Amino acid sequence: MSNMIRRYGAALTLLICLLTAFWLLMLVIMPNITLLESSFRPYLPVTEIGGPKDVYTAANYMKVFNGDVEVSPLGFTFHLPVHVLTFSLTIFYSVVVTLICFLLAYPLAYFMAKILNPRSLPTMFLLLFVPLWVSEVLRAFAWWIILALKGPLSWALVNLHIIDKEVRWITGYNGVMIGLVYTYVLFMIFPVFNAISSLDSNQIEAAEDLGAPWWRIHWRIVLPHAKPGIASGAVMVFMLSAGSLLVPSILGSTTSQWFTQTVQQWMLDALDWNTAAAYAFLLLIMCTLFVSVVMKIFRVKLSDIAN
Amino acid sequence: MSAGIDLQNVCCDFGNFRAVDNANISIKPGEFFSFLGPSGCGKTTILRMISGFIEPTAGSIKIGGKDMKGQRPNQRPTALIFQNLALFPLMSIWENISFGLEVRGVDKATRRAKAEALLEMVDLPGAADKMVSQLSGGQKQRVAIARALAVEPAVMLLDEPLSALDLKLRQHMRAELRAIQKRTGVTFIYITHDQGEALAMSDRVGVMSQGRIQQVANPRDIYNNPVNGFVASFVGENNIFAGSVNTAAEGMAGFDTALGPFRARLGELAKGGNLKLYVRPEHTILSETAAAENSVPVTVSEVSFEGAFIAVHGKTASGQTIVAELRNDGSATVPEIGTARFAHFNAAHAAILPDSTVGA
Amino acid sequence: MYKLRQTLARVYAGAFVFYMLIPLVIMAAAAFNDNKTPSVVPWKGFTWKWFEALWADDRMWHAFQNTLLVALAVALISVIVGTAAAILINSVSGNLRSVLYGTMISTILIPGAVIGISTMIMWTKMGGALFGAEKPFPFIPGLHLSVLGQVSYIAAIVMLLVLARLQSFDQGLEEAALDLGATHGQVMRRILLPHLYPAIGAGAAVAFFQSIENFNVTQFTRGGADTLTVYVFSKVRSGITPTINALALMLICVTLALAIVYEIKRRRSASLEAAREAEARRAAALEEAVI
Repeated sequence: MSNMIRRYGAALTLLICLLTAFWLLMLVIMPNITLLESSFRPYLPVTEIGGPKDVYTAANYMKVFNGDVEVSPLGFTFHLPVHVLTFSLTIFYSVVVTLICFLLAYPLAYFMAKILNPRSLPTMFLLLFVPLWVSEVLRAFAWWIILALKGPLSWALVNLHIIDKEVRWITGYNGVMIGLVYTYVLFMIFPVFNAISSLDSNQIEAAEDLGAPWWRIHWRIVLPHAKPGIASGAVMVFMLSAGSLLVPSILGSTTSQWFTQTVQQWMLDALDWNTAAAYAFLLLIMCTLFVSVVMKIFRVKLSDIAN
Repeated sequence: MSAGIDLQNVCCDFGNFRAVDNANISIKPGEFFSFLGPSGCGKTTILRMISGFIEPTAGSIKIGGKDMKGQRPNQRPTALIFQNLALFPLMSIWENISFGLEVRGVDKATRRAKAEALLEMVDLPGAADKMVSQLSGGQKQRVAIARALAVEPAVMLLDEPLSALDLKLRQHMRAELRAIQKRTGVTFIYITHDQGEALAMSDRVGVMSQGRIQQVANPRDIYNNPVNGFVASFVGENNIFAGSVNTAAEGMAGFDTALGPFRARLGELAKGGNLKLYVRPEHTILSETAAAENSVPVTVSEVSFEGAFIAVHGKTASGQTIVAELRNDGSATVPEIGTARFAHFNAAHAAILPDSTVGA
Repeated sequence: MYKLRQTLARVYAGAFVFYMLIPLVIMAAAAFNDNKTPSVVPWKGFTWKWFEALWADDRMWHAFQNTLLVALAVALISVIVGTAAAILINSVSGNLRSVLYGTMISTILIPGAVIGISTMIMWTKMGGALFGAEKPFPFIPGLHLSVLGQVSYIAAIVMLLVLARLQSFDQGLEEAALDLGATHGQVMRRILLPHLYPAIGAGAAVAFFQSIENFNVTQFTRGGADTLTVYVFSKVRSGITPTINALALMLICVTLALAIVYEIKRRRSASLEAAREAEARRAAALEEAVI
């Protein structure tokens, strides 16, 4: 701090500290504390707020366990509370989306980093960046057009005689998955690309020279080196997918429900802000847990992920 | 215009580490003064204390007789030339040079004229509108000097500014710096670890080690009459003999060593403690016959050709190496390896000095 | 075998780019199809009428105006706050730095819905606590809360960009300026900020586009106001016409044009810098010859 005063003087130092404090306190810490506090308060009519019924309770969190549904994955039949099911499916499909994104992104990232002529790289980036600049809602909308029952995909496949009747593509979580993968795969490509680029090509050549087959080179040299990038990409894709509201709303079917949609229903339809706060907090905990697990598995630090 | 600098009992601590210990020195107005020493000896700390980036832990610094305590860098009559020059890369050359005037509110036309005049002076006319990245290393050097001179400082502080240049250019810039200093009459304080640079440019040199000033003298005295082993070794090569003083009279002393008795000048600070005899290789002579005094039989073990001179290494019976330098002017015959010779030196060219540093 | 793998990689990359771009092409093409539902099949003839409908859509224009205002506000505040935070992070060390840095970047990972709800609840509750039921301006739902919510994570993105640039900054330049007599304010204005401008500019652009994109935070804080994203979303859900496709095509064109302009400027300044360095090398060679 004394170093800072010496460099910038007392007035500027104070201004810098105040601006940072405004951000972290008023925009980050305080809202989250309020969120936590609200999540333990009951939903009451305005007149009763502050009255005898306005006491701290975990009731909002307990609403997760209301209303059983029957599910039968792999032939086993369970009864699960409906919100617990939504919560679990959101995590499950977000993990699947993350895996698909990695499988799609890794070969391309390797191609861009090690095979493509570096002079073509700016063009490649430009091409990939175009969809990134187009807003998320429009990207989801584009797939809404493509996947429509009488849309271009069905039309093309019928005319190529691959299928003989139009297919309803948006069933279950299909549409959501397709939309999420398309929307967020770029967040996997860039960190993995950065990580692979920093690998010295001589290492790959040395391994080839020693007679390693291509898959072993990837398994033993490229993948371990790209680990921080993969972790970073996985965290980004998972968080964005699990937190997405647009894609599940636009590309969801009648049988798909995303946890953010449940949160939105409490907040905007039921106008029960306190329960919405509790659910939002559950979402936050889920994301925090996921990040911690990924950081443990990949043995990386938070600062590595941000880069 | 130029001002003297007085350091009185200046100390500087970083935590438990004493970077500068009790520095006392008086630098005259218009003097070219160098602080010479290895990295970590405290010379840069002294410079940063004079420029105001560091406050001394104790003692006082006066510039032009005025105590600088509490004066920030932008309030002192000093201008610092940084090791990496620290030219502003986003400003043109003339904006760089006139930056010090700009922040003082001088109008643009005056600033521009002053910048042009300074560019003329450092021999870079017509570079005003270029960018820093368009200049070579030597040209950047000149711009840095011009930028520092623009604020008309009473004292210029130079922190190894030539270290980034290659050898030839560095030697050329030495002469130029010296000339600029003489022309402007500004007090120059120069920091370097290169003894050649310090000896070639300075009016006086202060040799430092481990935070202490070891010796302050003109370049000749530093080289010819070092006060201790550290100074002797830092500014040049030596043949060193361990031993003890037996008799001393009129500044000369007899010195008993394992190789026999020697005679040499007795250094001022050589009063007890661990004493050694130092003699420079260029003052060491090899001959086929023994000399009257200070003579040691050796066998030539290595001959290395260094260009301007030839270094001949001789081994004594006890295994100590003695180096003699022969000038490469054809006057001396170079002995073959394995031949027997006598290494000897004139007592006036050898000194008995304490091997420890001041303050250690 | 090696050749085959190379070819496969190229084919894959081509297919990937196709996969990335084809939805946008289809979406754009549908803007010209004379069909009430937005699609390219069946093709009922070329028309400009969806662009005309877009032009006449007042609600869309209002949403567009809101989006621009929100994005400008977010860019401005994020740049100021993010730059200050980057300077602070760059000047502190040890535990304080880790805690501050961790808090800042964790905001990027908080789901938008959480940010939206927490911002909404905090400001309205604070208004309730201070003023009772009749809450004045900043404490009511509305786009200004969307701005604050968006800033809370977009500032972190700006901070990372500026911090990266700060790390290439030579502190000696600040000292040199101070030594030449500059005040702290002058050092900031003439030395540090000019060095940071490229990162600040990039940060402003990223903040601007992130804000336009944003749905989650806006959805929970906007009150009744529309932004473009919210408007498009509501249209997709409640009967849509190809006016949206016309809008999408125009947005794609604008962003592409901006990208191309940026790329051209970047290449220009790169070649200018290369020319300067070549001149410096010539000057160095000349110097060597003269000495």
